[in-house]
Amino acid sequence: MATSSNKISGPGRSVAKDQGFVYLPLIAGWLVPGAGHFLLRKWGRGALLAASILGMFIMGLLMQGKLYSNAHEILDLLGLVGDLGNGLLYIVGRGLGVGADQVQTTVADWGTRFIVVAGMLNVIAAVDAHNLRTGRKQG
Amino acid sequence: MHPSHFTSVLLFALCVSVVFGITMRDTPRRMVRYGLYCFVLFIGSAIVLSWLMFFIAR
Repeated sequence: MATSSNKISGPGRSVAKDQGFVYLPLIAGWLVPGAGHFLLRKWGRGALLAASILGMFIMGLLMQGKLYSNAHEILDLLGLVGDLGNGLLYIVGRGLGVGADQVQTTVADWGTRFIVVAGMLNVIAAVDAHNLRTGRKQG
Repeated sequence: MHPSHFTSVLLFALCVSVVFGITMRDTPRRMVRYGLYCFVLFIGSAIVLSWLMFFIAR
């Protein structure tokens, strides 16, 4: 019968046995882009991920993109879920009131997409940090 | 900030390709290769689709 101690086995999985909370890189990576990789001492990867995700989020805001705040329609709900992927960036952005309320130009529409995609990329990066932490991914 | 269509595509492709490269592959060499592959596909497909739409609209 598999227990929590012998489920983690094989090459590259020794890290998971030694350290504490296994979901910490996942949560940290979601809250702050690249933080999950920084926790695992993957400095270069973390910096590139942070620069890319943060860059997309900021470019989206500079393009007058919209931060979704409610979900009256199904497409708004999808946008909100995508935006929430940005973690603290979204929360701080909403708190500061940045981002347009209404999309009025084509560039602003692209900006909205940039923000949503930044959120989804952040989730991918956080899951990658989790996979590195558990040993599911080598590297 | 009001980038052109193509500048937006370039910025989008660059950022997404970096994340895809790092998260989808294991070794640095394969990360770079996959990132470049994604970047070229993004830009290439944008150019091909743009020309298709140009001819459809005529």
